Amino acid sequence: MDTILEILNNVRPDADFAGSNNFIDDGFLDSFDVVALVTELDEKFGISIDGLDIVPENFQNIESIKSLLAKKGVAL
Amino acid sequence: MNLLFKDKKITGILTVLPAHENRFDDEVGQYNFSAAKSLKLKLTMGYNKRRVVEGETCVSDLCIHGLNYLLETGKLQKEEIDALILVTQSADYIMPPTSNIIQGKLGLKRDMICMDINQGCAGYIIGLIQCFQLLEQEAIHKVVLLNADVLSRKVSKQDRNSNPLIGDGATITIVEKSKTPTVIFGNIKMDGAGGEALIIPAGGFRTPSTADTAKMEEDAAGNFRSKDNLVMRGDEVFNFVQTEVPPMIADLMQYAGTTTADTDYFMFHQPNKFMLQKLADKMEVPREKVPSNVVENFGNASGASVPTAICFNLGKELVSSQYKICLAGFGAGLTWGSLLLDIGPLSFCEMIDFPTTDDKTDTNEK
Repeated sequence: MDTILEILNNVRPDADFAGSNNFIDDGFLDSFDVVALVTELDEKFGISIDGLDIVPENFQNIESIKSLLAKKGVAL
Repeated sequence: MNLLFKDKKITGILTVLPAHENRFDDEVGQYNFSAAKSLKLKLTMGYNKRRVVEGETCVSDLCIHGLNYLLETGKLQKEEIDALILVTQSADYIMPPTSNIIQGKLGLKRDMICMDINQGCAGYIIGLIQCFQLLEQEAIHKVVLLNADVLSRKVSKQDRNSNPLIGDGATITIVEKSKTPTVIFGNIKMDGAGGEALIIPAGGFRTPSTADTAKMEEDAAGNFRSKDNLVMRGDEVFNFVQTEVPPMIADLMQYAGTTTADTDYFMFHQPNKFMLQKLADKMEVPREKVPSNVVENFGNASGASVPTAICFNLGKELVSSQYKICLAGFGAGLTWGSLLLDIGPLSFCEMIDFPTTDDKTDTNEK
C-alpha cells in the first residue's frame, strides 16, 4: 500500500492521493500521469501492465491499482 | 483480409526530413506541464525533438527534393518510372493530384500512372499494396512510392496531445518486379465507424474553413485548438492499437506459416515510444526488435514513419544484408494493416535533409 502511494506521490507530488478515493474524478491523474504511473509500476515490480488494462477504471484508487497489480502476480 | 503477392521487391528507400528542428524543451511552456512531468514524458513518450517544415513548404517540395537527389546521383532514372504513387493527408491542393504536380515539375514521361491516396499512419502498407498490384501489369516494371506529410501545419501549438510528437517528412520507396521468386504476405482491415478518432474537422467540402472554424477553443483536457486543426483522441487511438494490432500480427504470422521469433524486425508506425513498447510486450517480442526511436529523434510523420524507422535503424545493414521484416501501420480511418517480406540488399537506404530557409538563402547568395 505504502509503495503504491509512494509511486503515486512521485508521479504527482502536488496531489493528495491519501485523501482521495477517485484519483481520476478528483483530477489527480490525467492520461499523461497514467502513462507515467504505468511506467513506474512496470519498473518497480518488473512487470509489463497490459496495454488493454490501461483504462481509467484501473487507476481510480489504491484498491483498483492493487487489483491490477495482482493480475500480474504482484501481491501487496 | 489476407493478401498475397509474388515476385515483387523493394529495391531502395530514401527518407527526406526537414532540416528545421523543434525541441520539446523549448516548447514546454505552451502545454502547462510541470518540470517534473515534462521530464517523465520525455522518457516515457519520447517527446524530445522533431523535424518540421518551415513556412508554406508542401509535400511536393519534400518529394521533389528527394527525387532530384536520386536522379542526380544516378540512383534512379526518369524513364524507368512507370508509376508514381503518393500517399498523403496534406496534399498541395484539393485538385489536381499532387503526384501529377510532381510528375510535371520533374518532367517525367507521360506514359505513366500518377495516383494520390488519402491515408495516414497505415499509409506505407496501403501504398505498398497498391505498388504490388500495379506491378502485376506487363507494362509496369518500376513504381515509385512517395509517403509524405506536413501535418505540423495543421496541429495547434497548444495541443499537448499532438504537437509534441508530430513531425513532417517524406520517404521514397522504389518497388520493382523481382527476377527471383519472392512471396509477400499481408493483411488489411478498416473501420470507418471510428473515423473521428483522428480527424481534421474543417477544410473539406463538409465543413469548409471559415473565420468560425479558425476560432480556438479549449477542450476538457486543457488543449486549445480550432476546427481547422488536427484532432487526435489519444485514449481511443491507444485502445484501438492495443486491441487490434497484436492479433493482426498473430494472424499474419499464422498465414505466412512463421513465427515472431523467426522474424528479424518489426518496423511499425511510430506513434510514440510508450505505445510501441506496450505492443512489443503484448506480442512477447523483445523490445529491441521493435524500434521505437523515431518520435524522439524526428517526430511522427504519419505514413512516412515506417520507412523512416527502416532507414534510421537499418540503413547501413540493408545495403548489404537481407532481413525478414514485419511492417505494420495503424491509424486514421481507422485503418490497420501489415506485411511480412524479405528486404535487402537494397541499392540505397539513406536519409537526407530538406534544407532550411537559411540554407537556401545562403546557397542563393553564393
